[in-house]
Amino acid sequence: MWRSVQRSREKGALWRDPSFRALVVQAVLLIALAAVIFMLVSNTMSNLEERGITTGFGFLSERAGFSIPQTLVDYTGNSSYAMTFVVGLLNTLLVSAMGVVAATLIGFLVGIARLSPNWLLAKAAMVYVETFRNIPLLLQILFWYFAVLQALPSPRDSLSFFETIFLNIRGLVVPAPLPQPGFSAVLWALLLAVVASFFLVRFARRRQDRTGQRLPAGWLSLALIVGLPLAVYAFSGFPLNWEVPALAGFNFQGGITILPELAALWLALSIYTASFIAEIVRSGIQSVDHGQVEAARSLGLTPGVTLRKIVIPQAMRLIIPQLTSQHLNLIKNSSLATAIGYPDLVAVFAGTALNQTGQALEIIAITMAVYLTISLVVSFLMNLYNARVQIKER
Amino acid sequence: MTTSSPSSETMSTPMIPQREPPDPRRGVTGWLRKNLFSSPLNSIVSLIMLAFAVLIVWPLLQWAIIQADWLGDTRQACTGEGACWVFISARLESIVYGFYPESEIWRVNIVFVMLAGLIAWLVLPRLPSKGWVALFALTGFPIIAFFLLAGGAFGLMPVSTRDWGGLMLTLTIAVVGIVGSLPIGILLALGRRSSMPLVRGVSVVFIEFWRGVPLITVLFMASVMLPLFVPSEIEFDKLLRALVGIMLFWSAYMAEVVRGGLQSIDKGQDEAGMSLGLGYWQRMGLIVLPQALKLVIPGIVNTFIALFKDTSLVLVIGLLDLLSIIQSGLTDPEWLGYAMEGYVFAALVYWVFCFSMSRYSQRVERKLHTGH
Repeated sequence: MWRSVQRSREKGALWRDPSFRALVVQAVLLIALAAVIFMLVSNTMSNLEERGITTGFGFLSERAGFSIPQTLVDYTGNSSYAMTFVVGLLNTLLVSAMGVVAATLIGFLVGIARLSPNWLLAKAAMVYVETFRNIPLLLQILFWYFAVLQALPSPRDSLSFFETIFLNIRGLVVPAPLPQPGFSAVLWALLLAVVASFFLVRFARRRQDRTGQRLPAGWLSLALIVGLPLAVYAFSGFPLNWEVPALAGFNFQGGITILPELAALWLALSIYTASFIAEIVRSGIQSVDHGQVEAARSLGLTPGVTLRKIVIPQAMRLIIPQLTSQHLNLIKNSSLATAIGYPDLVAVFAGTALNQTGQALEIIAITMAVYLTISLVVSFLMNLYNARVQIKER
Repeated sequence: MTTSSPSSETMSTPMIPQREPPDPRRGVTGWLRKNLFSSPLNSIVSLIMLAFAVLIVWPLLQWAIIQADWLGDTRQACTGEGACWVFISARLESIVYGFYPESEIWRVNIVFVMLAGLIAWLVLPRLPSKGWVALFALTGFPIIAFFLLAGGAFGLMPVSTRDWGGLMLTLTIAVVGIVGSLPIGILLALGRRSSMPLVRGVSVVFIEFWRGVPLITVLFMASVMLPLFVPSEIEFDKLLRALVGIMLFWSAYMAEVVRGGLQSIDKGQDEAGMSLGLGYWQRMGLIVLPQALKLVIPGIVNTFIALFKDTSLVLVIGLLDLLSIIQSGLTDPEWLGYAMEGYVFAALVYWVFCFSMSRYSQRVERKLHTGH
């Protein structure tokens, strides 16, 4: 019997050997993959030749010849397509960073509000979540841009706040800071205060571990971070002027103008993503076993300390990974900017630059590579953080 | 001495039925006290929320319903202060059917009715043989719907996809995306858990690639680059190109959802199947997948919701779905200035679909929880 089984393994049924079968399957897959790639490449080559498109990245150094309404670095129509790429990328990063901060803030507030004992507040938070997460983001962006911001008055009839901040159809105009000589001391003081408070918090924690006595380190560092720069600012004679915008003709002169496109995109991205973050925060907090709270209270911890030291650290372990994926979604969703003409990477590079040069292959590849890199880097960092947080679990 | 005893007299009067002690925690005032005014801070919050409701909800109601104009078919019908819903009703046909020829609209209606019937059958808990209906919804229905909508066979007049639009196009993209991405996603999820390194590697790269890029670049790629990838003799329909991109993109997300389900199935299930002598596909198809898929129905429905919302992105490549047909209506010189009405209506349509899907997924989730 045994012999016959062995023989069948050796001779007759090579096909029944799992490891051999795995080899065959992978070989077939490899061949199929190679065939598909070869077909795609050869088709693309012949198509490109037929249409007379030259490939390569040489176009990046050519003159772009179009201007962009919002540039964080020097950029003119004479700049190259490579600079177009940089400007677009920076604009994408700007709106993403603004969106991530605002969405996280609103999301946490709404998520905690959903668990409030106040019935009205909890229901209002629920209505917020259910409304905004069930409406397409693109629709929300268009809504803020075309239905709300485009309905604002012209520059001449701007809504003004104390004659310093103006809101009109061309955007939000705010005073621009003009640092005078000596202002750098204030920035150095701020940096010093941040570093000092970092060490202060560490010292307070060690001291508490050693002696059991607590220092109000949070308040102390807040006072340090706010107070020190302010004191330096006052002592050095207030070395900062503000350039207040003023109406000149049909538009405002001076100040910083926040484009309506940026404002609409920022609003929509923050509000939409916040509705998802709120749900993550709520389920994270609810996932902490109620016994944990009861145990903390019976040890005599105050509700505030219970929340800070017991509930939030455990909830964060669940919240952080999902929060990160929402932040990544926000960054990817910022590409919808192209629908309202905010000059982000997709709009100026995969849009205008692509139409001008016709280098579809290269430009789309670069654009996708940028988003892929951001995604992979962020998820890599998050995995590091996760590993650190998870170890604390026993 | 025939005086009746006072005690017996008092006994004969009927007793007043017992009443519950007054409880400050019950009744309307009790509810208010507990939920709105339990502490000074809570009271302040409640008052702010009430003021907010009065300031926001009331003007909104006035705009949307009380002062709105509902009847008529030209701009002149809109005189009031409120919303002008005539803007929507005047172009309702194109919002629902796009530019589908008017004489052929019955074909779209049949598909709508079939779709509604299938969904109802799958969602209502009482109806039998859900498995077969689901199989039909994933295989037979798309074929029938394709021939009904596109025509060109069985004596039906061909209708170019350029004339498809509105809600009908949105639903078409959503259904094709769902029907296409689910099977591909399942295969990818199985591939990612395969013991064969090459299969696993290909699946991981495929999934992470699509999950790392925005859908909008995928759509750009589909509309600009797909024609370059195939022999130049093959003409690719614009809608088909978008559909290919959407399917590939969402199959990666679907794969991750399904993988979550596969991971939560005990390894013993698979091993038991092995010891019964079942092959890989038998074990997966008969033992592992039925359990895993059932577990992740909420996740799958959530992906459907995201897919449904993201069908609106086809606006950027120039397909006239629900949102983009309304968007293009806003630039109609005869109807300028009704952006608010257009967006609110579109939002309402999307919201109804997505909200009901999310309610369904929550219901399934609750049902699954009680099982254990």
